[in-house]
Amino acid sequence: MTEITTPKGASPEVIKDDSMWKQKEMMAGHYDRITSAHENGLKVCNTFVPGNLNELIRCFGLVNNLPEVNAIQSGLRKKSGNFVLEAEKHGHSEDVCTYVKSDIGMMEKGNIAPNGKKFPDPDVLLLSYTGCFTFMKWFELLREQYDCETIMLHTPYEGDGKITKNMRDYMVKQLKDDVIPKLERISGVKFDIDLLRENLVKSAKAEEDLVWVLQSAKNKPSPIDAYFGGIYYIGPIFGAFRGTDDAIEYYKLLRAEVEARVKAGRGPVTPDGDMGKEKYRIVVEGPPNYTSFRDFWKMFYDEGAVVVASSYTKVGGVYDFGFRHDPTNPLESLADYCLGVYTNLNLPQRVDMLENYMNEYEADGLLINSIKSCNSFSAGQLLMLREIEKRTGKPGGFVESDLVDPRYFSPANIKNRLESYFQMIDQKRSGKTKGVAA
Amino acid sequence: MSALEKINERCLDLFEDLHFKAAREWKAAEPGRKVVGFMPVYVPREIIHAAGMLPLGITGGGDQMEVIHGDAYYQSYICRIPRSTIELGVSGRLDFVDGMLFPSICDVIRNLSGMWKLMFPNVYTRYFDVPQNYIDDIGGNYYTQELAELVEGLEELGGRKITEEQLRNSIALYNENRALVREVYDFRSKQPWKAPAADVYLLVRAGYVLPVEEHNKMIREWLTESEKVDRPLRDNCRVIVAGLFCEQPPLNLIKSLELAGCYVVDDDLLLVSRWLLEDVPLEGDPLHNLSQAFLHHSEETSAKYVPTLAEKGQHLVRAVAKRGAEGVIFASPSFCDPALLDRPMLQSALKKANIPFIAFKYAENSGQMQPIREQAGTFADSIKLWSEA
Ligand code: SF4
Ligand code: SF4
Repeated sequence: MTEITTPKGASPEVIKDDSMWKQKEMMAGHYDRITSAHENGLKVCNTFVPGNLNELIRCFGLVNNLPEVNAIQSGLRKKSGNFVLEAEKHGHSEDVCTYVKSDIGMMEKGNIAPNGKKFPDPDVLLLSYTGCFTFMKWFELLREQYDCETIMLHTPYEGDGKITKNMRDYMVKQLKDDVIPKLERISGVKFDIDLLRENLVKSAKAEEDLVWVLQSAKNKPSPIDAYFGGIYYIGPIFGAFRGTDDAIEYYKLLRAEVEARVKAGRGPVTPDGDMGKEKYRIVVEGPPNYTSFRDFWKMFYDEGAVVVASSYTKVGGVYDFGFRHDPTNPLESLADYCLGVYTNLNLPQRVDMLENYMNEYEADGLLINSIKSCNSFSAGQLLMLREIEKRTGKPGGFVESDLVDPRYFSPANIKNRLESYFQMIDQKRSGKTKGVAA
Repeated sequence: MSALEKINERCLDLFEDLHFKAAREWKAAEPGRKVVGFMPVYVPREIIHAAGMLPLGITGGGDQMEVIHGDAYYQSYICRIPRSTIELGVSGRLDFVDGMLFPSICDVIRNLSGMWKLMFPNVYTRYFDVPQNYIDDIGGNYYTQELAELVEGLEELGGRKITEEQLRNSIALYNENRALVREVYDFRSKQPWKAPAADVYLLVRAGYVLPVEEHNKMIREWLTESEKVDRPLRDNCRVIVAGLFCEQPPLNLIKSLELAGCYVVDDDLLLVSRWLLEDVPLEGDPLHNLSQAFLHHSEETSAKYVPTLAEKGQHLVRAVAKRGAEGVIFASPSFCDPALLDRPMLQSALKKANIPFIAFKYAENSGQMQPIREQAGTFADSIKLWSEA
């Protein structure tokens, strides 16, 4: 769930690709748009990354503000730790999602955006309740602070691993009879379905290129890191840019750069420049840690480990199994998008997806980064790990951290575990060459 | 042993029996019988009953069961109930259960539904979703259709159709059950010295394993007998306990509150037993009626969305007024998203209404009750001081 402005302090010799500059510019523009929205007579709509209806929100001229993205920014800027403590001081439990606490703590501390200006109070909270229970409480909590209109859009869970007609009908009806009329009233703008269609056409274009980029990791060596790098790549499409020309341009640039890397047989770019020889191809399940994002990444690339596929980069939409936003069925397509995000899939679907990645991307193993305060991802991961080990015969690894609470990132411990995990892969490989079962 | 003691003892036996002997016997009594388990917080038990099956409430393993395998499935920062429920499953204690329903309450139980599918592929397993939109032709239609799908699933499991007549008959029985449970709660609120919280809990909990017909009979008898008992009225303060709607507190925790000087005059334990606040009408389409009851006359709990800020937490404020309670004790399972995320909002509603509260956390296997007893005792004392001042 993420848009990241480039972390500061990148080694000076690293030359930024055009796509990186483009993203940096987009993000800066995004925050300026938010912080100046009210001055410019625009209204602000806070909503979540999974189930984010950017194409629709844009039809009403609303500016989209995503609290998870803000929490990630706080994490990367090493501010979230204090925000979390601040929220806990105000009575929020130490056990709950740290995104929420980072957001609430940030509010208590003046609500300052990454551009140094104050975030405006939202005019509407679009509670797209998709794939995570915490979302419901998060916006109930914000509603208490801002006392503004809150719109619930309930995405049913794919309990049986499929989207039923009833689920889709329910969502379309919510959109038609509840969400859209309310957004019309709040924005004062009449809904124009043709504008929505136009936006959806743009989404699909960008999605096409994103999928190409993600699937480029099937190459050996992989030209991208599909987790740490992937988090940058999903930024525009998971955030406020899906359905915009900017996103189309960003993904075009990115694709061209990755194409060039494939042709040149080069591996991924890391904060320290090109990665060395690819030694391990890993599939990762679970969100990353943001407070020590670069240290965490370094633990991989220093060992020659590249992540070839990850589930986290599907949390704001699963596109690599064929879904595209569809202008011919605009509302149904928005419904299917929400219903299909990774955390709205049931556990067997999640296992199938990871198994598919293990095979399609010829990975050496599955590594889970289990997030302490995220039940949506974490509950059930140990069984998922076993299932994947059983089905693929490849070793699984397990580390624990938190998204934005630095107290739960223990570098020595994680590094140790990763090193032993990579050794395990080596052993498994040598076992294989000798024809001995591990 | 008095008649009341006998009922209480039977309820305790049922509570302690983690092999579910009563439900096993019910199943064995006639060939072809089926048992369908369900987890907190709400499923329409009427539909399971109408299918000729026994709804069996599964609420984890409590503090009596050693969790040997369950811990291998969960990280330390996830609540206890899913791991002890897995333990019940992998240890064979649920090997007679033909179906499992996992209601929409939180992501842990949601994900457990998928784990169950992977681990017990022969069991009919369904994630039971409910609407968070309460408009009749939006959330209402969706939910009616979900109920119809549940009916279909159970018909397939049971190998027979469920008729409207059977549904009505079951709704009537559960209307009666809910009315009786409400009567127990009213009785306790009026004369808490005659209805110890632990006894009330065990009585209602017996309904998780017994057929509803038998449970109704049991409650009636319990009410008659409890009315007759003479127990001393203590100088306790009246409290509502909130946050207990999923992972169960140890029985000792409930007892400790009373020992610490608190009469529990309401709680959110075992909510399925009184989820629907009014009788479900018997005329008309039964599924539509169940759906309407859910939308417009159901309990408030942290797993449900509250559409307006003004209404948030008011169910608790109203309960305090209705029960003449003097304070609220928030007891929440550690790592419980619904209870813990909701708590600050409920507390701010109480603050505005000048209602005192305290909060602590527990786990189903918490052993040490002394700190909780001390905290509750201090709370009770301070309430008394305030009321005297
Ligand atoms: S619980 Fe997990 S999925 Fe939900 S908001 Fe927090 S980090 Fe995101
Ligand atoms: S105790 Fe809370 S978090 Fe755990 S399963 Fe129950 S509702 Fe979910």
